[in-house]
Amino acid sequence: MSIVRNFIQDWSRYRKGIEDGGFHEYEHMWGMVIDLDKCTGCNACSVACYAENNLAVVGEDYFAHGQAMHWMRIERYWDEPNLGDKASKDTQEHGASFMPMMCQQCNAATCEPVCPVAAAYHTPDGLNAQIYNRCIGSRYCANNCPYRLRYFNFYSYYETSWPSPLDMQLNPDITVRDKGVMEKCTFCVQRIRTAKSDAKMDDRKIQDGDIKTACQQTCPTSAIVFGDLMDHESDVHLLWHKHQTKLGTPKQDKKNPELRGYRLYEQLNTEPSVTYLERVREV
Amino acid sequence: MAEHTAATKDIDEKIAWAKINADVLRSMQNPRKGYWVALAFCVGLLSIGIYAEVHQYDIGMGPSNLNNPHMWDLYISTFVFWIGMSHSGTLLSAILHIFHADWRKPIYRFAEAMTTFSLLTALLFPIIHLGRVWNMHWVVPYLSDRGIWPNFRSPLVWDAFAITTYLTASVLFLYIGMIPDLAICRDNVKGWRRKLYTFMSVGWRGDDRQWRNFRKTYLLMACFLIPLAVSVHSIVAADFAMAIMPGWHVTSFPPYFVAGALYSGCAGIISLFVLLRYFFKFEQYMTLPILDKTCRLTFAIAMVWTYLNLIEFASVWYGHDVTSKEVLLAKFFGPYSPFFLTMLFFGMILPFALIVPKIRHNMPLIFIVSILLNIGMWLERYMIVAPTLSLAYHPWTWGVMWPSWVEWGIVIGSIGWFGLLFLIFVKVFPSVSMYEVKEMVYHRRRVVFDDAEERVMKPSRQEGS
Repeated sequence: MSIVRNFIQDWSRYRKGIEDGGFHEYEHMWGMVIDLDKCTGCNACSVACYAENNLAVVGEDYFAHGQAMHWMRIERYWDEPNLGDKASKDTQEHGASFMPMMCQQCNAATCEPVCPVAAAYHTPDGLNAQIYNRCIGSRYCANNCPYRLRYFNFYSYYETSWPSPLDMQLNPDITVRDKGVMEKCTFCVQRIRTAKSDAKMDDRKIQDGDIKTACQQTCPTSAIVFGDLMDHESDVHLLWHKHQTKLGTPKQDKKNPELRGYRLYEQLNTEPSVTYLERVREV
Repeated sequence: MAEHTAATKDIDEKIAWAKINADVLRSMQNPRKGYWVALAFCVGLLSIGIYAEVHQYDIGMGPSNLNNPHMWDLYISTFVFWIGMSHSGTLLSAILHIFHADWRKPIYRFAEAMTTFSLLTALLFPIIHLGRVWNMHWVVPYLSDRGIWPNFRSPLVWDAFAITTYLTASVLFLYIGMIPDLAICRDNVKGWRRKLYTFMSVGWRGDDRQWRNFRKTYLLMACFLIPLAVSVHSIVAADFAMAIMPGWHVTSFPPYFVAGALYSGCAGIISLFVLLRYFFKFEQYMTLPILDKTCRLTFAIAMVWTYLNLIEFASVWYGHDVTSKEVLLAKFFGPYSPFFLTMLFFGMILPFALIVPKIRHNMPLIFIVSILLNIGMWLERYMIVAPTLSLAYHPWTWGVMWPSWVEWGIVIGSIGWFGLLFLIFVKVFPSVSMYEVKEMVYHRRRVVFDDAEERVMKPSRQEGS
């Protein structure tokens, strides 16, 4: 009987681990909030990401082929196309909506279980990491990412991306990837690691604001907030709390229209770590 | 009863055993001009594929036109297609062996060779499609001092296990079933062939003990191979069914894939049947009644496949998954609709041609029909892979992509590779099972009992009874 009881207990623990995503066990839990109301679509975050993470500049032709490496991309959506004739001129003048998209660092990531060599794995920080050295380029992870946020090195981009002396500006904290490797946004993991070791040297805990991702640092309207969700006084946690976005729930319970937070494709149970705050419109 | 037997007899019962030997051995010798032309054609196709692969290896996956949403394309769909082709031999030799369907006997050998060679072809594709081919061995667990294992949760790792196991088993099965025939070859040839067959026939003398062990081994291998064949394609289906993507995440995919595999395998058997019958003058062995039965089997499997296809549509249509529904609608009305509708026509409507006896008995026509069925089945795999990637969840990445010459080149090269292996096989190994055709002739004429063969083979050594 004890065997059966143990089995049932193990099973319920296992189920709970799946449902809760296991994030509560973590020391840190890096998360982000992007306020779409503040985003102006200026693309500065994207440029900053290229500079920080040694992203290859692929050129016009490859970009048109969809072989670009923009870890951080600004997507434009033109609104209310279904209004038809009813769309007033004002509506048109709202212009595009912008959606800054980077890896959502899912807690129940779909890319991780499908990698045949476990190159996509979950760090104890709640990050969704990619080991370039281990990647064999089966591209299954990218196929299974509902957000399509994984980028593949279709060529040896480094040969042409940074003609001398541009190669001098490469970030030494990050590798330059060769052909056949999958890559994606890391939440600037090199900055996280540096901040962690600095904090350890000073014998203190990481404080909110120690780490700024490149996109957050560059955003002129401070639309991007990054921090530790386990730290209950961090800005990012306060924003998540304020907008009642919760991990472990497939659908956010929105009673108040002022609660603008949502995560992308929550119905898929991927548990993204990025909350978007809806843009407010007066139509 | 006698009339019934006479009406449905599969091959002429009056063929002498010596004639069977002579006919099959003749087919293995003196390749004619047409053979060399076919061989050169296959080598030509293969060299296109090799050139494309070398190009891709050299500069990366880029020239294949794959892009951000379309990370898999022709490579994976052709991989699934070849895995499907490999189910023909197992169906004919293992499943029908267990069901005592005697009509399979003259045609199962080449079907089994088809199994092995299409597996060898299929095996190339997951390797070719890797971004870093030189690290492909990381997918299998091996003792490494780094202590790193593959990710056992990934369907690609299951693929590696399933395909290598199936390949090993089907090569063994092909070889074991061939041993008595190799002994016949050994006794009738000279030169390098004699050395080869002497080595491969492992001292077969055809005595009682050898036959008994042979029968047991063969039956055991057949029983072992059937679950493997089902599992290997279910696991290939899991590549898609385990994913979260709309159009891939379908519960009925494993049986659907297995049915599709048997379907395309049977169509492949019909094509090769017609070719071998014509070129090797095997009219007495590959007879019309056997073709009839193969066609009926193909039709039955085609209907199973059609049914599974329709329930997949129905379950998507009546389900609550909006994205899956949109992908399905896009298949019907979107940019892929020409391919999709062609696939539906070739896969669902065309098999009804197989129930018309006039078409079944018209060799050129049935050959064309079987090729079209396989084109339909190839399109089916393409329609599983491509539209989902084009139209998944995220609207920003929606788009259509057309494969480049590199991808087409490798697909064409794979056909050349398969053809080359098969052409070499038919000249080196007997493509009709001599000993089993003899059994057919014998069993029709006499009562069947266990030691029958033994007494016929060695009349001087009668024991018991």
